[in-house]
Amino acid sequence: MIEVKGLVKTYGPKRAVDGVSFRVNRGDILGFLGPNGAGKSTTMKMITGFLRPDSGTATVDGIDVTVDPVAVKGKLGYLPESAPAYPEMTVEEFLGFIAEVRGFRSATARGAQVDRAIGLTHLSPVRKQTIETLSKGFKQRVGFAQALLHDPGVLVLDEPTDGLDPNQKNEVRSLIKAMAVDKAVILSTHILEEVDAICNRVIIISRGKVVADETPASLHARKPGARLDEIFRTLTASDV
Amino acid sequence: MTQISPIFKREFFGYFRSPVAYVFLVVFSVASIGLAFFVGGFFKANQATMQSYFTFYPWLFLFLIPAAGMRLWSEEKRTGTVELLFTLPITTLEAVLGKFLAAWAFLTLAILLSLPLAGTVAYLGSPDWGVIASTYFGGVLMAGSYLGVCSLTSALTKNQVISFVISVVACLALLFLGWSVFSEVLGSIFPVWLVDLLSNFSFITHFDAFTKGIIDPKDVVFFLSLMGFTLFLNVVALER
Ligand SMILES: Nc1ncnc2c1ncn2[C@@H]1O[C@H](COP(=O)(O)OP(=O)(O)O)[C@@H](O)[C@H]1O
Ligand SMILES: [Mg+2]
Repeated sequence: MIEVKGLVKTYGPKRAVDGVSFRVNRGDILGFLGPNGAGKSTTMKMITGFLRPDSGTATVDGIDVTVDPVAVKGKLGYLPESAPAYPEMTVEEFLGFIAEVRGFRSATARGAQVDRAIGLTHLSPVRKQTIETLSKGFKQRVGFAQALLHDPGVLVLDEPTDGLDPNQKNEVRSLIKAMAVDKAVILSTHILEEVDAICNRVIIISRGKVVADETPASLHARKPGARLDEIFRTLTASDV
Repeated sequence: MTQISPIFKREFFGYFRSPVAYVFLVVFSVASIGLAFFVGGFFKANQATMQSYFTFYPWLFLFLIPAAGMRLWSEEKRTGTVELLFTLPITTLEAVLGKFLAAWAFLTLAILLSLPLAGTVAYLGSPDWGVIASTYFGGVLMAGSYLGVCSLTSALTKNQVISFVISVVACLALLFLGWSVFSEVLGSIFPVWLVDLLSNFSFITHFDAFTKGIIDPKDVVFFLSLMGFTLFLNVVALER
């Protein structure tokens, strides 16, 4: 479970995140929507303990990330935007490294976790290939595999379908859906169809502030008959 | 601190995943031995010592260690893997130590590749093994101090070239303080006690004793505290 209270982050004169609060329970897939630059990534970086908030707190399973960041990081799986990975390592070596840092110290335990993650994300054809030689879709899946390697209770995914072709997008979505049964998931996106496809809750943020927090159905009900992107445009009109 | 080991392994074996490591080892060996033969008069001296080999170490390190250390953190920042690393359950200190120790081990390997030269010296005469051993020890310690400076500067920028230049300048300052030519210049301006004090901060001053077979705790402490200090600042710079 994730609980975010009054998160604030300022870069120089710019307030990137301005008092964001919300809660994600187990079984929820929260779609985190907003135009580019709205503050989605910054919020996620604070939840995952990469950035320190100027004020406010984020707790994961009751642990405050600013108090015990290492414990929170142990519970989370995080896919950063553009899925960074060490390019000169093979998929297998890279996931083996993640598994070791995640506490799977014996070779058998490590191998089992790596095989499981590779199976879930369909990476077997490229497991011995170096990451720098992979296509965008496979790279994204490596990022995915890395995030769910330790079967975390909480997943934070920053634009997980960005740059994928329609088939790959579908595949990633069904993967997220299948996994989310007993997890709390936040995924950011600026693709509106994604919300209807997988999310059971939506938060829209604009200029660092939450402007909507509801179910996809009630979002549609705001303006019956209108398309989601019209509603989105109205809500984020101040952000240009 | 158990998390240092996976970081160390990834970094150390990472060197050998790219040809850069082999190029570095070859350049290091060729440059150090070349300087000893052609500038230091290794054979002309007609002595069974490695003095002419080690004399150039402080100068050789000035360029080669920044070359090895510049990518340490700047590369992680440029490719975004720093976000991956610092959302794994490790502390900043563990990451800094793991990477530093891996790079130090790699440099130690480069230094030890000159052991056949020591064999040659032994074949030609009967060298003082105590002096040779203490010089190697001093060389490894000095490499660690240079590396501490370079690790710190590479944490300050995502640009490797800038990282390299700042490292060279910083190391040059620490080197010049004890270079006899420079000390004479200083001596004509400042009182002797000040010149002596300044030269206390130099690599050369502290390395010299080792090349004479003297392992003075004062010199060991100097190198170790310089490493400790730069690595502390390294942690601060990354947590900023
Ligand atoms: N490191 C940074 N330094 C300065 N400004 C930043 C930095 N990171 C993000 N920003 C700014 O903060 C705002 C929010 O960015 P971000 O959280 O990445 O938005 P999103 O992920 O919603 O597209 C943007 O205006 C962006 O330019
Ligand atoms: Mg973003």
